[in-house]
Amino acid sequence: MVTARDQALNPLLVADFQVRRGDFDLELQVTAEPGEVVALVGPNGAGKTTTLRVLAGLLAPQRGSILVDGQVLADTRVWLPPYQRPVGVVFQDYLLFPHLTVLDNVAFGLRTRGLARSVARARAAEWLARMDAGDLAPLRPQQLSGGQAQRVALARSLAPEPRLLLLDEPLAALDARTRLLIRGELRRHLAGFTGATIVITHDPTDAAVLADRLVVIENGRMVQTGTPQEVARRPRTDYVARLSGLNLLPGVGVDHGVRLADGSLITVPSPVAGPVFAAFRPSAVALWRTRPDGSPRNVWSVVVRGLEPYGDSVRVELESASDLSFVAEVTPAAVADLGLTIGDRLWATVKASEIEVYPR
Amino acid sequence: MSASGVVTIMKRWIRGPIAVIGLAGMVALAGCSGGTSDSGSGTTSGPTASGAASPSASGKISGDITVLAAASLTETFTTIGKNFEKAHPGTKVTFSFGSSATLATQVNQGAPADVFASADQKTMKLVTDAGNASGPTLFATNTLEIAVPPGNPAKVTGLKDFADSSKKTVLCAKQVPCGSAAQQVFTLAGITPKPVSYETDVKAALTKVEQNEADAALVYRTDVSSAGDKVQGVTFPEAQKVVNQYPIVALKESRNSATAAAFVGYVTGPGEQVLQQAGFGAP
Amino acid sequence: MSRGAGAGRAAGLPAVLITPAMIGLAFLVLPLVGLLVRAPWSRTGAILAGSDAWPALRLSLITSTAAAVLALVLGVPLAWFLARPQGRFRSALRALITVPLVLPPVVGGVALFTVLGRSGILGHPLYQLTGFAFPFTPYAVVLSQTFVALPYLVLSVEGALRAADRRYEDAAQTLGARPAVVFWRVTLPLIGPGVAAGAVLAWARALGEFGATITFAGNFPGTTQTMPLAVYLALETDPDAALLLSVLLLAVSIAVLALLRDRWVRQW
Repeated sequence: MVTARDQALNPLLVADFQVRRGDFDLELQVTAEPGEVVALVGPNGAGKTTTLRVLAGLLAPQRGSILVDGQVLADTRVWLPPYQRPVGVVFQDYLLFPHLTVLDNVAFGLRTRGLARSVARARAAEWLARMDAGDLAPLRPQQLSGGQAQRVALARSLAPEPRLLLLDEPLAALDARTRLLIRGELRRHLAGFTGATIVITHDPTDAAVLADRLVVIENGRMVQTGTPQEVARRPRTDYVARLSGLNLLPGVGVDHGVRLADGSLITVPSPVAGPVFAAFRPSAVALWRTRPDGSPRNVWSVVVRGLEPYGDSVRVELESASDLSFVAEVTPAAVADLGLTIGDRLWATVKASEIEVYPR
Repeated sequence: MSASGVVTIMKRWIRGPIAVIGLAGMVALAGCSGGTSDSGSGTTSGPTASGAASPSASGKISGDITVLAAASLTETFTTIGKNFEKAHPGTKVTFSFGSSATLATQVNQGAPADVFASADQKTMKLVTDAGNASGPTLFATNTLEIAVPPGNPAKVTGLKDFADSSKKTVLCAKQVPCGSAAQQVFTLAGITPKPVSYETDVKAALTKVEQNEADAALVYRTDVSSAGDKVQGVTFPEAQKVVNQYPIVALKESRNSATAAAFVGYVTGPGEQVLQQAGFGAP
Repeated sequence: MSRGAGAGRAAGLPAVLITPAMIGLAFLVLPLVGLLVRAPWSRTGAILAGSDAWPALRLSLITSTAAAVLALVLGVPLAWFLARPQGRFRSALRALITVPLVLPPVVGGVALFTVLGRSGILGHPLYQLTGFAFPFTPYAVVLSQTFVALPYLVLSVEGALRAADRRYEDAAQTLGARPAVVFWRVTLPLIGPGVAAGAVLAWARALGEFGATITFAGNFPGTTQTMPLAVYLALETDPDAALLLSVLLLAVSIAVLALLRDRWVRQW
């Protein structure tokens, strides 16, 4: 009981570093508990892969410290090279060595730690079996499907029993159908890992399924962290809002309303004060040809800027006269009824009860 | 002098493989690799121009001729050629220098040339036996001399030093003229030489001494004199018993036989002085 | 369907390429055919029995193999330094390495004298201390051949190193492999085909080496007389024999290359 609390108080991974290269500037604090899966999410060029390389020891930061399981991997005086770190990596294209069999690929990290060939192979075979890939042992990487290669890569990085596991876009190389299957499988395998896991992904669904906690990076800075549910419900940047499929409008709380950037006042469910975000689902937006009245509604005069099929519905990109942009999601039937085309002038309404308001 | 030695070896090296290929049906190419001629033009232009200048054999001494001459004649024949052109305005002599055996092969393969000067009679016989020339004239002799590095560090005094395996000595291979001459000298002297290398030509042998890698080399007198102060000569009495004869002949296939004959006459006449200055003996 | 696409591509062979390709092939092959046609096959027995061919062939195979191995040992690390660290002097270094390619081999032989000869920069102290000098020994043959063959190996291994995916090396490092282990277990196997090609090129160049050898090593049957030297000398007195010896050298080298290809180049 005490141990568990100690662990909770002393995360397995504590990293705080800065990397500067030309215009690029990454400054990040990341922690991860034992058994925790943290997803690094962010747009291209945000610094996700750079973070992975720093943690793995493949890239030296300008400053910072990295601790894993109480061991200093890097600080002002120490810099452990990758081969001395208790860190395993599953690379984006898996990077299985093409000149070795699957078995020897998995045995590689055991051989480098001085195990005899036969012992290393026996243990590698166990790991493959654990990943449901035992029958792949004699094959060459070129003969594997994407999903098989992923399992082998996972076995290879776990075999040396690292304390920190890094996965770089582990599902990106897979086609949509395999992806669904492998994602669940990966979740199961990661659940059995006692160390900390960092997963890099740009896919919100992957992140939501795999991770216990998301860390969102934009432009080299962490902009938001929390459980996938928290992040999805209360996005703090346009990027996260887009990922979660929400409209996000920043404003300032005034009594029962929120004054938005354009000066307009919207009605919200409960009183708030100070800088806040107002978020609402696109499906909560109703569109009208004529200005509706009655009931506590927020009403904007808008112009249709774009129409885009989205699953079973249609997303309508809107822009208000005062330059607010947001998206409505309506049925194709509604599009037909309203006779929507780009450039149309409409009225958009959102019920106060549909708006989630939280401090900025 | 090492540079000139190197250049000669280079020429031969280039010629070697080309000649091998050339024998397979590309004889003209081998002629091309001749390189140095004092006129500066490629040797291929020689015969072509000669053909154009005098389409049929005439009695007039003018036009171009191509002379194939042993490598050891490079310096002297270049000078003689210039003198000949001065004495007979309107003539142009193009040289191709190389190993006598290689040149003889080229002649017998139909290389377009007018005069052939060989470093020994055995090689000349290859050409006359094939019916490509007759009645060669002897125009110079050469005798062997021991070349040692300046200061003669190994204290080489005569032929017997070649039998001393503690001294690094080099000879020409028996297949090349300076090598067969050396063999005769050693037979006459009753000495069995123990060289570290049988060099593929006389300049290669000389290079070893110039670089102080060999203590002594048995080469021609003319080679020692043209090497300047890079080497010293050590004479020995047996040398006079093996005299290498240089024959020259106008080739049957010459398209400018009058000028070819005139050049042969010039070498055996006014050319003698140039040859003797370079260390050649009179025939 | 894929067969249809293949046939379509075959039909579209660019004529612009065919003609020079054919001329190029003929240019390389016809002289060899000429050699074969003109070689005095009826005298084969007599020529091979009475010549220095066998010791020369044996020496050629031993020395060129040694030269290829030496080129591998020195050249692969050299190629690594050309391809990997981000140095400012790299292009200058590469230019230096290609010098032996343009240097006439005979000059290369003289250059070797100046360093490793009895009076050379390194050769002189060696001679003073031990009484050993490289010239006129089989070691000199190997050194001459290595000198001219090394650039071929270095350039082809460097190309392979540049083309190799360096992320495999990262992966190996994260699996606990120290740089030396990464090099042996990952980099080298990945560039295996390039190394093999470079070694074969170097070997072939060493086998045909003449100029540097005759200058630096001399010519003594059984000690320093390699096949090209024997061919050259045979040419002086018996051109037919020279042809036959060339054909013999060709046949042996083709056989060795074919054997190597079957034995281990296929592995990759």
